[in-house]
Formats: sequence, C-alpha cells, structure tokens
Amino acid sequence: MLQFDEMMGANGQPRVAYQNLSQWLNSVDAQWLSSRREQAELLFRRIGITFAVYGSQEATERLIPFDVLPRIISRNEWERLERGLIQRVTALNLFLKDIYGDGQIIKAGIIPADLIYRNPGFCSEMFGRRPPHDVYVHISGVDIVRTDDQNFYVLEDNARTPSGVSYMLENREVMMRLFPELFSLHRVAPIEDYPNELLATLRSVSPPHAAGEPVIALMTPGQYNSAFYEHSFLADKLGIELVEGRDLFVRDDIVYMRTTEGPRRVDVIYRRIDDDFLDPLVFRADSALGVAGLMGAYQAGNVTLANAVGTGVADDKATYTYMPEIIRFYLGEAPILLNVPTYRCREADALTYVLEHLSELVVKEVNGSGGYGMLVGPHASKAQIEEFRLKLRANPDNFIAQPTLALSTCPISVAQGIAPRHVDLRPFVLHGAKNVRVVPGGLTRVAMTENSLVVNSSQGGGTKDTWVIDDVLTEIRPTIS
Amino acid sequence: MLSRTADNLYWLARYMERADFLSRAIEASRRLASLPKTYGGVESEWDSVLLSSGSAESFAASGRPLEEEHVIEYLTFAADNPGSIRNCLYLARTNARAVRTALTVEMWEAINGAFLEMQSFENRRKTTSKEELTHFLEFVKRTSLSYDGGAYRTMLRNDAYWFSRLGLFIERADNTARLLDVKYHVLLPEKESIGGSLDYFQWSALLRAVSAHNAYHWVYRTSMKPWLVADLLILRPEMPRSLISCYESIVRNLDLLARAHSRQGPAQRQARKLHNQLQNLTMENVFQNGLHEFVSNFIVENNQLGLLISEQYLF
Repeated sequence: MLQFDEMMGANGQPRVAYQNLSQWLNSVDAQWLSSRREQAELLFRRIGITFAVYGSQEATERLIPFDVLPRIISRNEWERLERGLIQRVTALNLFLKDIYGDGQIIKAGIIPADLIYRNPGFCSEMFGRRPPHDVYVHISGVDIVRTDDQNFYVLEDNARTPSGVSYMLENREVMMRLFPELFSLHRVAPIEDYPNELLATLRSVSPPHAAGEPVIALMTPGQYNSAFYEHSFLADKLGIELVEGRDLFVRDDIVYMRTTEGPRRVDVIYRRIDDDFLDPLVFRADSALGVAGLMGAYQAGNVTLANAVGTGVADDKATYTYMPEIIRFYLGEAPILLNVPTYRCREADALTYVLEHLSELVVKEVNGSGGYGMLVGPHASKAQIEEFRLKLRANPDNFIAQPTLALSTCPISVAQGIAPRHVDLRPFVLHGAKNVRVVPGGLTRVAMTENSLVVNSSQGGGTKDTWVIDDVLTEIRPTIS
Repeated sequence: MLSRTADNLYWLARYMERADFLSRAIEASRRLASLPKTYGGVESEWDSVLLSSGSAESFAASGRPLEEEHVIEYLTFAADNPGSIRNCLYLARTNARAVRTALTVEMWEAINGAFLEMQSFENRRKTTSKEELTHFLEFVKRTSLSYDGGAYRTMLRNDAYWFSRLGLFIERADNTARLLDVKYHVLLPEKESIGGSLDYFQWSALLRAVSAHNAYHWVYRTSMKPWLVADLLILRPEMPRSLISCYESIVRNLDLLARAHSRQGPAQRQARKLHNQLQNLTMENVFQNGLHEFVSNFIVENNQLGLLISEQYLF
C-alpha cells in the first residue's frame, strides 16, 4: 500500500507547505534536535501536563509523548477542512434536535427507527425537550485522517466530552519557547484564542434568566480522572470555577455551588463527565460523581449543560455510517468531508462480506472508543481473528467494519534523525447560539512506533503541534545552528 | 469562591509551612546532637524534635529505635509518617493539583517542581551521605521560600489569598507554640543560674529552629537570656514567627474576609480574643502563671480557631 507522506512528495521533493521546514531540518543536526526533545519533556513535566492511565499502578501520572516537529497544513487545505467541519457539526446538531423532537429523518425512512431509539446513547429523558437555544453539541472534536493530497476522511465525530484541546494549546506554547527561529520562518495562524471563543460559546447558550452575566462552571469527575489536567487548565483559562459533583447541589430545580459566601446559583455547566454519572436519581444510582436533581434542573430549563445530555446517539459508529445522508437531509448539500466506507454488520450482505474479509478489515464495536475492543485485521493473529468472528456472529448489530486506510505520515524526530509516522488530526469545533467556529489547527496525534496505526494516547500515541500556514512562501534565511 | 477550594488552599499553605518548620527543626537538632555532652549535646534531643513535630507517639508505635538515623528518616522521607516532609510536600501538591485554577503559574511550578525534585532525592537517599541530607533540608527551605514568594508576588488579593495566608499563620503559630511546649523547661528564668551558660546551646538551637538566631541580637542587643528568648517567640510583634505576630496577621486576614463577605463570625471573634490576650500580656505574667500552662492552653485555643474557620466557611 503506497503511503501518502505529508512532507515528501512522490518525486522525493518536499511539498510546498513543508519547504521551509524541510530546509531547516537539513540545517540542524540530530543531536541538537534530541536535546530539544528532552527540554520539551522537562517543560511538560514541570507544567504538570500529565494524564492518568487507568489500571496502571506504578505510573499513575504519565506524560503523553511529544514530537517536536510541527505538522503543517496549508491555508487552502485548512479552509476546505473548516467548511467541512462546520457543515458536519451543524448537521449533527440538527439531527439531534430532530430525533429528540419530530423524528423527521426517521419518518422519511433514511435511518431505521431502532437504530435511534434502541441506541444506548439515546436518552429518553431528552425526548420532547429542547435545550437552551437548541444547541446540543457545543464542543466537538472531529477525528480526521488523510490518505492523499485531496481528501479528508472523518473517522469519528466526538460529540460527548472530547478531550485534548489543552494539548493543542500547550504544545504550541512549548514549541514557541523551544523553536522561536522556526516560527520566524513561517506565518502560523494563532490558536491561543480558543479559551476566549469557548467562553463566548458557553455564554451564548445560557438560559434566558441569566442572559446578562451567567455564572459558568466546569464540572470535573475529580483529580483522578485521566483528563483532570485539561479540566483545571481550561477552568483557569476561562476564569470559571472548577467544580466537582460534591460542590454542587440542587434545590427547587435550581443548581447551586457551595461557596465560602454561601450558595451561589450556577447557570451554565461545561461538564466533562459522562451522561451516566451526571445525576444518580436518573442515571447510575451508584454514581458518586454527579449531583442529585441535576437532570430535573436541566429539564426545567434552569441550567445549560454543555454538551447536552444524549448526544452519544449522534457520534456512535452506527450513526456515523449515515452521516453523508444526514448532511444531505438537513442541509441539502453534498458532504465536504468524506466518510470512511463502512460495512454495517447489522445488514446481512455486509456481514457476509466482512466475515469473508476479516484479515483485511478493521472491525470496531459500535460504542467502543479509545482504540479498545477493535480488530485490526492485517495486524491480527489467526486466533484474534477467530475470536472476533465468533463475536460478530453472536451480535452483528454491535459491530461495523472498515477497510484499513493508508493513513498519511508525517516526519517525527527519532534518535537516528527523522522518520515518518502515521498521524490523525482532531480539530475542535465550537457551536454557540449564533455561530459555529473552529480555531485553525487542532491536536495531531501520532503513532510513535513504526508502522503502527494506533494514535490513542491511552495506547502510547503521541502528539504534535499543528500549524496552519499561509501558502505564500516566505524567504528562508541561510543557516541556523 | 468554592468552599472546597478554600479548604484546599488553607491546607496547602499549612503543609508547606510545616515542611519548612520540620526542616529547620531537624537542622537545629543535628547541631545540638553533635555537640559534646558537656555542652548540652543530649540523646533526648531527638525525642524533642519528635515531640515538637507532633509525631512522637506514631514514631514509638512504628517500632523504630530512638536513634538519630531513624528519627531523621521518619521525619524526612518515611511514607508511614503522615507528618513527614515527604508527605507534607506530597499532600501540598495533591491539594495544589485539586485547585490549580486558584494558584498562579509561579506557585504551581514551585510546588510541582519541588515534588519532582523531592522524588529524585527520595530515590537516591539510600546511598547518600549526611551532606546530602543538608542539601535536602536546604531544598525544602528554598521551596517554601519560592512558593511563598510566588504567592506574595503573583496572587490576586482576594479570598484565595486570604485563606492561604490563614493556613500559613495558623500552622506557624502552632509550630512555634509546640516548640515552646517541648523546650519550656530550658527557658524558665531560674535556669540561668542553674544551668549557666551550658543552656546557651539549647536556646540558640531553639532560635535556629524558627530562623530567629540573628534576629535575637538585633532585637535585644544583649547576650542570650532565656526569658528574652521566650519573649521573642511569644510577644515581639516584629518577630515574624512570634505568636503575637502570627495573630496580627490572622486577625487582619480574617477581617479582610469578613469585609468581603459582609459577615463577622465566630472565627473572627476567637482570633480577636487571642490577639487581645497576647497584647495585654507581659512575660512576668506568663512566668508567674506558668510558661508551660500558657503554651498548652495556647495550642488548644489555636486549634479551636482552625475548627471555627472550617465551620464558618463550610469546609
């Protein structure tokens, strides 16, 4: 399978967007680059950007490996990507509004009713209710991959509580500290206004009673959650309280936080805690992380939750396969971003095909995430394939399958110099009451081991800074030591 | 601000202050223990450090022999001593991590950096020398200086700052009082004639433990007298670790809180009561009524204030 490298063209020459970087790389030596890599790691440790790995005792706080070479996207490419992202998230939001309302897309026969109503991500408490300003997916992180210089594919629409944006922001800060000379060779679009945009988004969706000065809080499961660093980072940048369930209580359908000055009413909650744990009275009764009565306050319209409850039905892998139809149905437009061709194992023909071609396909659980519970056919052993065959036969509805894509590669810095590794991209899309916006860039995740396709941080993937640069080529300066 | 945040800030400050006090107390005791017996170098010195740090009982229960090496290990790195320097820094960081949003970058980096450095000290300590212990104690003092400096120079002057100052001064008053509680017998006026100059080293160790060795001479301009040492640590407002100076700060910070919240409560009243008592006191009164009784009573009242703050601000 021929791989598309984002820096090097098929002719062995660097692509236009990478010309300056490539020339710069020729002018620095590997040892110097390594020392920068170590410095970066030191910086990350000191700032405390760590994540927790569940089920690993000895290293409860780990660093995500960071690669010091930027991933570059030209402004042209970005503009198309941005249009596609806005289109997709707009459609997702209309879809949620529809299925929790009239269900026109079901009546039109485009999506089977049981795929929606029997979906574990569907929340019956939301049926017939409308969140403030009809916004469901305030924050999403859409996973994108490339296979050539033309096309962007969407792998997943993360519409629940996507994480990683703090890495996007901190990666840039660290890069600016380590490689000022590299920034002077490029016109890199800034991303530092993300917190500002996020705050504007959250303010715009406050319930009507708090239109003036809404009190906003970020709700975290607590410091043992794998993304706690990000929660505290964002709360700090936004200047809002970082609350846990125990800091909140509900009285007469109104949410309050416990402060040193007594109870204070909360209007908007940016919650980084899953639906299941939000309210022990409605969802999991054993949840110690949530707030009793929160759903009642939400249903009464007294508080905005971002994202809304029940968005999981829109980003699961079964709904994913219908995204092109969803975009056409609500917007009357052709999708700008492509879907990876997907076999729905619930359909008999597709299942037969998948079972016959297991060794070529990637098989995923419909509700899985984080790279767990999937089969990568070309890299799997016979035994693993047979195990999945049994699982598939037993419960075909629970699986989808996709051809293995020839993911693009980007150069990373390794001990011997530089080497290509597979990457994906997670841009963050903000959907407010009035508009949808994306900061130029996103989190590039990179599979640090050769030939690996798994970029998830929970499985050893790393990250890179992502640059959107002007297409105009700036004059390169002679040498940098 | 969130009550939980206030709680975390308050305890964060207490743990940092405690770590600082412990390192100074250990240093002072090492000096004293290394003196020849005729100069006051006594075996029981290590027992005093344990007592003044409030860990004598748990040390005995741990079954360790009462020897320098074991006491130092227990007070510095022992994981099973909740009050060891290691655990103070560890708990300080846990509290800090929970309230990252209430700390400035400088404060967080001071704590997190110290935590990482402490781990490397901890990992190599088995093979290390006494010199290494000196480095470690220096490092702990430096940490509290940079944390404290970070707080002073970068924090907004709002309730977050006031709660963290409260934690610091309540802990500091407690530490000074415990030190006096353990050493009161060398400070009684009659000691001067009994022990003669031999007690000089005891007094100076005591002053070193609260970084007041040079301050003494600047304040009194006379040779070391036990009642003056007690006076310095209890009643001198210019001495930053004296009980009265701590209470001046406690009252001020509680008043700032009360003004911001428009509410005076039991905590403010208790603090003002104690401050008034200290202001109206002379060393003659203290010695007449018994130094030991005074100090034990103060420790109880100071703890009581801690509880009242917790209750009033819903920790």
